[in-house]
Amino acid sequence: MESFQQTKSIAKREWGSYFNSPVAYVFIMIFLVLAGFFTFAVSQFFESGQADLRAFFVWHPWLYLILVPAVAMRLWSEERRARTIELLLTLPITPWQAICGKFLAAWLFLILSVVLTFPIVLTAMYLGQLDLGVVLCGYVGSILLAGAYLAIGMCTSALTKNQVISFILSVVIGLFFILAGFPPVTDLLSRFSPVWLVDAIAAFSFMAHYEALQRGVLDVRDVVYFASIIGFMLLGTHIVLRTRAAQ
Amino acid sequence: MICVKELVKDFGGRVAVNGVSFELSKGDVLGFLGPNGAGKTTTMRMIVGFLPPTSGTAVVCGHNIVQDPIQARKRIGYMPENAPLYGDMTVQTFLQFVAEIRRFIGKERDEKVDATIKKCFLQDVRHQTIETLSKGYRQRTCFAQTMIHNPPVLILDEPTDGLDPNQKQLVRNMIQEMAADKAIILSTHILEEAEAICTRAIIISNGKVVTDSTPAELKKQAPSYNALTLKIVASAEEAKNTFEQLGDVDSVDVLDSSTDHVSLRLFPKNGQPLATTALEEAHSHNWLVKEMQSESGRLEEVFQHLTVTENVSEKVK
Repeated sequence: MESFQQTKSIAKREWGSYFNSPVAYVFIMIFLVLAGFFTFAVSQFFESGQADLRAFFVWHPWLYLILVPAVAMRLWSEERRARTIELLLTLPITPWQAICGKFLAAWLFLILSVVLTFPIVLTAMYLGQLDLGVVLCGYVGSILLAGAYLAIGMCTSALTKNQVISFILSVVIGLFFILAGFPPVTDLLSRFSPVWLVDAIAAFSFMAHYEALQRGVLDVRDVVYFASIIGFMLLGTHIVLRTRAAQ
Repeated sequence: MICVKELVKDFGGRVAVNGVSFELSKGDVLGFLGPNGAGKTTTMRMIVGFLPPTSGTAVVCGHNIVQDPIQARKRIGYMPENAPLYGDMTVQTFLQFVAEIRRFIGKERDEKVDATIKKCFLQDVRHQTIETLSKGYRQRTCFAQTMIHNPPVLILDEPTDGLDPNQKQLVRNMIQEMAADKAIILSTHILEEAEAICTRAIIISNGKVVTDSTPAELKKQAPSYNALTLKIVASAEEAKNTFEQLGDVDSVDVLDSSTDHVSLRLFPKNGQPLATTALEEAHSHNWLVKEMQSESGRLEEVFQHLTVTENVSEKVK
């Protein structure tokens, strides 16, 4: 319990640093504007005449691809640049506590942004019979997806004191996780690869797992998939910090 | 309280610290001296467990920093080089954060923070964000962070770097006030500082301890220790020759000579005081002594002697 207290203190400090700077407000604004724009203007939510939120959720992997690395890039890069990492990691805490504290703060921040899209849900409810179970499941999927992107961004952030490098690296890695299951790419691959290989690569993709959740199917395997991506990336962060914190 | 044994840090072929050992007990204030890049910061980083040593151990209050880092760090207050701080926090929220991590919660946390703010004279800026503070306040905020939990061990990397003389004095006073019941390591390249507050001085050069002694003892190694400067009415040549004949005198420098007087500096052979013999000698030649000054040796000279020679020979290679 005592160790959670410290993780909480770190999360609290990190949360505060989002809101002490314009980062939090700019991020939330842009996220909401873009989510609205894609849902209503690009996907033509009203014209489709269906009371579901597919038009809304389908854009999340692409929005997160750019926006989540922007939230994650400062987590460790900034500590490295300002050298506060030396202060933080010589306090009586384990690197795990620091990693989890930072991850929780950033994830909660992303969850807040996602929750603030609730007017879209209200709109759909007003217009027709909305299956709230499916919507809830969609939100769970979206939050898990954000967590996976965040863990990737955190790992690349630990690698460098340059936030731009961290941002680009995590976008590239995120793009891989999207494209591995993106139909145009899987079609291309299947022309010269055996089916099992294409399926194996596609199974690594965010897309298949995310889409299952969007259909309202809360399968434990999909949840485990996202949880293990997060776990793996946090472990990667731990290894990076242990081996090159002082460089 | 601190026991450092054969610490080595090898950054992929570049050996930054090469077998540093020392022990420190309560009441000791150890000055870590050495030119830039000598390995002071690297050594300190290994003692606080920020850098894993390539070999060797550091034990703080009985806890090995590699095997038991949390217990060791609970007993350390550490101020890293250049006093890094979270710029977006206020002084008070920053100290509260550190206090929480140090396991003080609720009322106890606020009491500790208040006491520390008072002790470090930060009342005026407690609600200011750190990035708006002047260098002196920043340095003091980082210093304050080290003592919230009243640790038995303080490790301060250049605590007075970049401060004005008054601020330096303030920080030194604070260190001296706490010195009695703590073991303190501080690095500096201001030698007067080491002289003023340290009970022990280690000079480190090229990753090795070149000397471990007290500042007073160190000064005795200076060539000018107990050197005597004389201004007498005599001819330069004659006076120089006469004093060189004396048994205790190692060499004589003529600093300045004019028609009616000469200034000389006499260097002793074994650090013996020269005043009496020199005076007797001048008296026997009927030389009028106009000025006389004995020197206590300067730490700068010892420092240069011990560190520059190695750096220069390095360059020659």
